[in-house]
Amino acid sequence: METVIPSHPPTGRTRQEVEAVTIRFCGDSGDGMQFTGSEFTRVSALAGNDLQTLPDFPAEIRAPTGTLAGVSGFQVQFSSEPVFTPGDQPAVLVAMNPAALKSNLADLVHGGMLILNTGAFTEQNLTKAGYAKNPLEDDSLSRYRVHSIDISKLTATALEGSGLSSREVGRAKNMFALGLMLWMYSRPIEATIKFIHSKFGKMPEIAAANENALRAGWNFGETTELFQTYVVKPAKLPPGRYRSISGNESTALGIVAVSELSGLTVFLGTYPITPASDVLHELSKHKNFNVITFQAEDEIAAVGAALGASFGGNLGVTSTSGPGVALMQETISLGIMAELPLLIVNIQRGGPSTGLPTKTEQADLMQAIFGRNGEAPVPVVAASGPADCFDSVIEAARIAIAHMTPVILLTDGFIANGQEPWLIPDVAKLPRLDVKFRTDPVGFHAYSRDEKTLGRPWVRPGTPGLEHRIGGLEKQNITGNISYDPENHENMVRLRAEKVARVANDIPPLVVDGPSTGELLVVGWGSTAGTIQQAVAELRERGRSIAHVHLRHLNPLPSDLGDILKRYKKVVIPEMNMGQLLMLVRSRYLVDARGINKIKGKPFRVSELVAAFEEQLLSMQSVSTQGDSTQGKSTKGAAR
Amino acid sequence: MIEAVKPTRKDFQSDQEVRWCPGCGDYVILAQVQKLMPELGIPRENIVFISGIGCSSRFPYYMNTYGFHTIHGRAPAIATGLKTTRPDLSVWVVTGDGDALSIGGNHFIHALRRNVDLKILLFNNRIYGLTKGQASPTSEIGKKAKSTPYGTIDEPFNPIRLALGSGAGFVARTSDADTAHMTEVLRRVAAHKGTAFVEILQNCNVFNDEAFDSFYAKNVREEKMVRLEHGKPLLFANGKKGISVVDGEPKVVDLERPGARVEDVMVWNEKARASAAFALASCVAPDLPEPVGVFRAVERALHHELEAAQHEALRKKLGQGDLSKLLCAGDTWVIA
Repeated sequence: METVIPSHPPTGRTRQEVEAVTIRFCGDSGDGMQFTGSEFTRVSALAGNDLQTLPDFPAEIRAPTGTLAGVSGFQVQFSSEPVFTPGDQPAVLVAMNPAALKSNLADLVHGGMLILNTGAFTEQNLTKAGYAKNPLEDDSLSRYRVHSIDISKLTATALEGSGLSSREVGRAKNMFALGLMLWMYSRPIEATIKFIHSKFGKMPEIAAANENALRAGWNFGETTELFQTYVVKPAKLPPGRYRSISGNESTALGIVAVSELSGLTVFLGTYPITPASDVLHELSKHKNFNVITFQAEDEIAAVGAALGASFGGNLGVTSTSGPGVALMQETISLGIMAELPLLIVNIQRGGPSTGLPTKTEQADLMQAIFGRNGEAPVPVVAASGPADCFDSVIEAARIAIAHMTPVILLTDGFIANGQEPWLIPDVAKLPRLDVKFRTDPVGFHAYSRDEKTLGRPWVRPGTPGLEHRIGGLEKQNITGNISYDPENHENMVRLRAEKVARVANDIPPLVVDGPSTGELLVVGWGSTAGTIQQAVAELRERGRSIAHVHLRHLNPLPSDLGDILKRYKKVVIPEMNMGQLLMLVRSRYLVDARGINKIKGKPFRVSELVAAFEEQLLSMQSVSTQGDSTQGKSTKGAAR
Repeated sequence: MIEAVKPTRKDFQSDQEVRWCPGCGDYVILAQVQKLMPELGIPRENIVFISGIGCSSRFPYYMNTYGFHTIHGRAPAIATGLKTTRPDLSVWVVTGDGDALSIGGNHFIHALRRNVDLKILLFNNRIYGLTKGQASPTSEIGKKAKSTPYGTIDEPFNPIRLALGSGAGFVARTSDADTAHMTEVLRRVAAHKGTAFVEILQNCNVFNDEAFDSFYAKNVREEKMVRLEHGKPLLFANGKKGISVVDGEPKVVDLERPGARVEDVMVWNEKARASAAFALASCVAPDLPEPVGVFRAVERALHHELEAAQHEALRKKLGQGDLSKLLCAGDTWVIA
């Protein structure tokens, strides 16, 4: 018999309104935590919250069950206010087994809520997780609000008579947990039920079991009166139509948009690699657009085929991660020599070598800018968040086409897998990408140059009278014939450098968040944007003189960056690497910038940056009080 | 108004000075290709030559068509992207034994399995020429070269067998010593619908001179080589000898010996299963005559046509893509 569940808890029950909540779901990699987290996120998004997510999963598809290595987690921060990060520390931790508890407990805020599946706290699982004693039976969890629930057993009871094997029943327990959390945050479950039936449409028994487990979890919250319920109201976001989107999805949609905006067929040549494969998965669905996807035999062929497509007068694109870029560099060099448009998307992960395939890092910046033999400049662009990947792809393609050059776009595992609400753009307002093919044979030279950009003409094979040969050997200026002449080589090296430098002429001025002059300037790039923004905002609320500028264009650097750097007493650059942008900024502008570096495969926390920025501000204060009195005036203004 | 003039060999010669060593077999191949092109009836602007790195890979510079001299071993990959997006073009890949079989082995086999409709000309001189004389993956075992002063110890690739094993629909061999035969084979290459692979035995007179003379020199050719001709028995030595295949092994049938019957000689069928071609490709001098001609010619579905069919099917189902609709797909919500 079906129970009718109201969309919201009955009135009379206390519902506490909260502004923002961070929840982390964690369990075995086979426990369906990514699914649970994504679905909770989807429902929160549909409820109008602003949010960001941080999935964190092992590289192994199925690590041994119950072990620390096999723990998979999904964190989401949802809020009635704008959200810039997935949250530093969860306030609620749902742990489906002892290993999940052990590896995630340190992140839970003191006094946070802990929901534990006691059914999984068996002796065997406790041993696998390295617990000498059952933490449920001592006072090690006393500083948290612990809810011990035998989710395994309650799910099994709910599914009695379902005809499913005990293994299948065991796999439905994440739905119980999801149902309980949806209830706790006053969410309707109808959308999830609908989703379950569409997902498991071909297996009606499984769909029914998942639905029943979900309802059982919801009802458990409703009837046991163990919990307070909460409500997070819709966020006051700019008006418009929204959807929830991950960086890889928005990258793929950006690639489709590039085809529509340029009128070119876009060819994605790629080879599966974590965390980039979802770009291929998404794009390969959309064959009703002028988009061709090609799964090559390796990354060398992937980018090679993409370059071949560009030679043919289409836009070649490739999506990969750092190890793939390492294999592609020779072809990128050829693209630089051949001066053809080409878009390389590097979804960075932890390195070197195979490194941390499922974890995030920003350590491929130098590889992007300098990683080829010879003087081989390419424009480099970075996306700052999941939704921004869409705009960044269009911007990178614009540069590639307008300047006739390969362009590298950097995203990373954090924003590739993380989700946030996206204000869906009006297609009519997206920038058109102007493509000009040379068709006039009169006075044609393969390496003649556009006066403004220094780009060479793009000719589609098939154009009569413009037959020509290009290649990787040094070109004679203008004619494009092979040339080993020393003067010509130096001239061409400088021309190619100048061509890339001129990209800076058509990028918009930087936007500084905060005072236009002051004590501390934070310079960031890529996925750290939200975290820096939040940290800087918190410090400004405390009265600190701190500003933030975030770079989308990393090569060439924006022409106004030098002036901006000079307007602050100190410059700090937080990066998930050893200080790569830092090195560029120091050498280029001779500014004594300082790095804040984290190389743990995880994004910065807001609190870490707040503390690091405070330290910088404090050090300035002590330096100026000890020293130069002429500096005193403005420093005092910024002091605590 | 300009009258349409029939193109000639000259129309396919570029203004670039040809810079191979004097006496190189590459000159012969270039001349035959330039001679063949006008026959094909394809406007030269629709022809593209793509090469990798090596002596052979300078080829595109000398053809007055579109051309791209790319990276060592990668020409098949680059050509694949071009042909997939521009099926209207006639795309030729020029490569060598080092380029295609060593550094580019992976792309070579995948281009063949995918059937991208490329015309692949492999100039096999069994040596590295451009880097001045190292052993190549087709150098015979024991070959003394600059990199192998005591002789190579690596078993060579047989390009024909590699191509057949990769699922190639068209596989042929010819040589720079017999221009009439080369023209005949190249004509077949051009006419084949699908990826066509031809190994061209090519003499490097500087680093591996006379590598093939023991069997392809004019005075021994009749004795030491056998021509594969569809529907005809595999005869050589002026019809005095033939080839039979017993249990997958090629054997010489001496027709002058008492009791030998011409019926025992295999009748060549280029459309038979690849195993027959594979057996014939095992004929290697000096023990057996070296075969030249078309080993296999069967039509397979074309990569770009299969791709187009998927696009067509989806367009039929969903209509041409609409970006606004795509961006708004799935769950959306409105904030007023």
